[in-house]
Amino acid sequence: MLPADLKPELFAAYPPEAKKLVVGYVPTLQRLPLAYVPSLLREVIEYDFKFPAERKALEKELASLGSLSPEQTKVWFQSFAQIQLSPDLEKSDWANAPAQFVENLSSHLWTTHQLDAFRTAALDYADRLHAVMHAEPPVVPRLGITVIGQGVGSAEEPLFRKLRPHGAYFTNVKPEGGLQALLKACADRAQTHPIPYGHWYIDGGDAAVHDAALTCVSYGGLGPARAALSEKIRSDIERPGMGPEFLRTLMARLRPADLGFSAADDPVLDRFQVKLLTEGSGTQIFSTTFTQWAAREALRRAQPHTLLVRFAPRQRQKPMNEMLAAGRDTADLDPAGSLVDGDMGAYYNWLNLQRLTGAEQSSSVVWFEGHNEAVALGPALPRGTTSNASASLEQLLSWAA
Amino acid sequence: MSRSSSPQASSRALAAHFASTRRDFLRTAASLTLGATVLGSSRLLHAVAMPKRKVIVITFGGGARDQETFAPEGQENIPHLMRDLIPRSTFFSQVVNRGILGHYVATASLATGVYETVNNFASLPPENPTAFEYFRKDLKRPASDAWVVAPSNGFNRIGESSHRAYGPSTGARVILPKHLLRAANAGGQDYEHLLRDNYETPLYAPQLSGNDFEVEQLGRMLKLSVDDFKSRARTLSSPDELSVYIVRQLMRELAPSLLWITMHDIDIAHAGAYSLYIDGIRRTDRLCADIWKAIGTEPEYAGKTTLFILPDFGRDADDDAGGNGFQHHRTGDTLSRTTWMMALGAGIREGVVFDRPIDSTDLVPTLGSMLGFTASYSQGKPIQELL
Repeated sequence: MLPADLKPELFAAYPPEAKKLVVGYVPTLQRLPLAYVPSLLREVIEYDFKFPAERKALEKELASLGSLSPEQTKVWFQSFAQIQLSPDLEKSDWANAPAQFVENLSSHLWTTHQLDAFRTAALDYADRLHAVMHAEPPVVPRLGITVIGQGVGSAEEPLFRKLRPHGAYFTNVKPEGGLQALLKACADRAQTHPIPYGHWYIDGGDAAVHDAALTCVSYGGLGPARAALSEKIRSDIERPGMGPEFLRTLMARLRPADLGFSAADDPVLDRFQVKLLTEGSGTQIFSTTFTQWAAREALRRAQPHTLLVRFAPRQRQKPMNEMLAAGRDTADLDPAGSLVDGDMGAYYNWLNLQRLTGAEQSSSVVWFEGHNEAVALGPALPRGTTSNASASLEQLLSWAA
Repeated sequence: MSRSSSPQASSRALAAHFASTRRDFLRTAASLTLGATVLGSSRLLHAVAMPKRKVIVITFGGGARDQETFAPEGQENIPHLMRDLIPRSTFFSQVVNRGILGHYVATASLATGVYETVNNFASLPPENPTAFEYFRKDLKRPASDAWVVAPSNGFNRIGESSHRAYGPSTGARVILPKHLLRAANAGGQDYEHLLRDNYETPLYAPQLSGNDFEVEQLGRMLKLSVDDFKSRARTLSSPDELSVYIVRQLMRELAPSLLWITMHDIDIAHAGAYSLYIDGIRRTDRLCADIWKAIGTEPEYAGKTTLFILPDFGRDADDDAGGNGFQHHRTGDTLSRTTWMMALGAGIREGVVFDRPIDSTDLVPTLGSMLGFTASYSQGKPIQELL
């Protein structure tokens, strides 16, 4: 089947909101090449479980495509149209299983040496879309906070080496009550600017006491879901004919209820958390990996105005089966290695924050928990500088803003 | 699908920056010379044929980026390469891999000189003749003269291709140290820290048969008792250390003329822990130096061996919104495709760096020119700076 053959009834199995959205754009989709359409449908089919920022972006993207003339459509998608697809890809049920199609397309592109062409087409499309979609600035400049090094006595290597050139390095920060002060600053912003999924707190261990206005995800809080997932993986890999691709497909099909989430919970956040565990690589076994990936996905998808990320010690590297089975109480921890992981994770959090609208006004603070070292980055702070002056974390936040 | 404004352009700029800063640093810190100025005399160096030359290839894997290795901020992770090996090498600062960035298929491409398209996760042979097949068939060498030491069960078919002109029994013998250890320890529960098959699909290992043959390799070929092997393995902390232990044994007992070692510890990066990725690079650096030392002390190798060290490819750039930095090699961006290569030892000019891009498929025809075979089906070209 090709996009020209699309009909509204083909989307009957889509979730209700997604179905309502997509049937209004069937004539638009019919004009687009197959190398592109399933990538868009992969997003559409998840519409009911997307964050508000993602919904708005998807609606705008579809509206932009709908407004293109036939000539413009041809120009926008000529590179995608030149991608050669296999008959198997064309015959697959890509309208109802777009994620499966995209996975198979990826394999096809690598094998046929068309990945670079597809990449160029995708970047060209993203640039065109960016030019016509007017991104809304955040209602308040974004703030990213990362706390690293929980449980570490002293750092073996200099910290913040990747971030220091972009901000000010402080060596005499007052650590007392630091975490509470940072959580309070986030809570104040959430209370002042109440935006759904606009203010986040991600913890790599058990979440500290925090304001209910913050959207919270924690590795510790997901312990039962992780245990349920490990059990599923262990039983699935014993099944005859199981292989890595099929296991991945099975994991992608898991829903919150399969991992013990209650129906009374927040379905959007639950789906997000399940995806962190089933689609992230290493998120099931290393809390530092989970924390970095959760922050990355929260920034990419929810586009929060405030994000506090706290890394906690991950378990020491051991054989895979042992790590998957490790109970939280018995895990042998690696605080020093986790500090290195968190330091790099803080750099990635800053990079990912820079990809959002209003980046030039956003600010970041990274703190070595319980210690005197921090780095602050923001429009008002000089880059590549060091300060030995005594300062509280509240002061750093105000200077960075 | 990437949404950043122009990550490709910035990746290119970054790659160019790394290439130039790395080259400049190497020139000053490691006393290297710009290659073009010595090319003429380099050729003179090789005017006389070298009898009984041996070649060892190490893939510095799986997948290491510039900024954690040869870029200025990464050089602290490779002290042995920087201090001991680089000054003695001819160094190529831009080796481009235009193929599929999966470890098995990329290593197969390095070994055939053709960008292979076999399924990375299936147990399939390369489709084009390998260097080992050219070497053995053209030079009429016995099976014992070409060996591959590989990290995971998925590499068990890499020694010879499915090509109709070559294929079964014409290539290298492949030794899988982890499989060997598992076979030697049949029924036992020890050594789990050494036995993880791979990091891209960590829960799976293609099943291999032939444990009897594997254990027999220990005694007959490697002159190693099962008990000694198990006892030694108990002291090792990583799969690559196990591989190097086997390599040392192979060098001592069989002294193959063409020996290929694929390292893999670095690929722990797929689990997302940066510290473990860096640990893997530092360990691989040390193990490369160990092999270089062994070349200098083993009588069968000293003075007549050329060593190649190169990553199979890089990893995704930090600034590519489509990836997640060091964790994977999925975007196909410039940094994930661009790495480096060093050659050192017999017939190689010391302390020279070349900036021109070469292709990772150039390795096999270069080995052919050095050892005396013709890589008829390779897509690459011999690297003239090494000949």
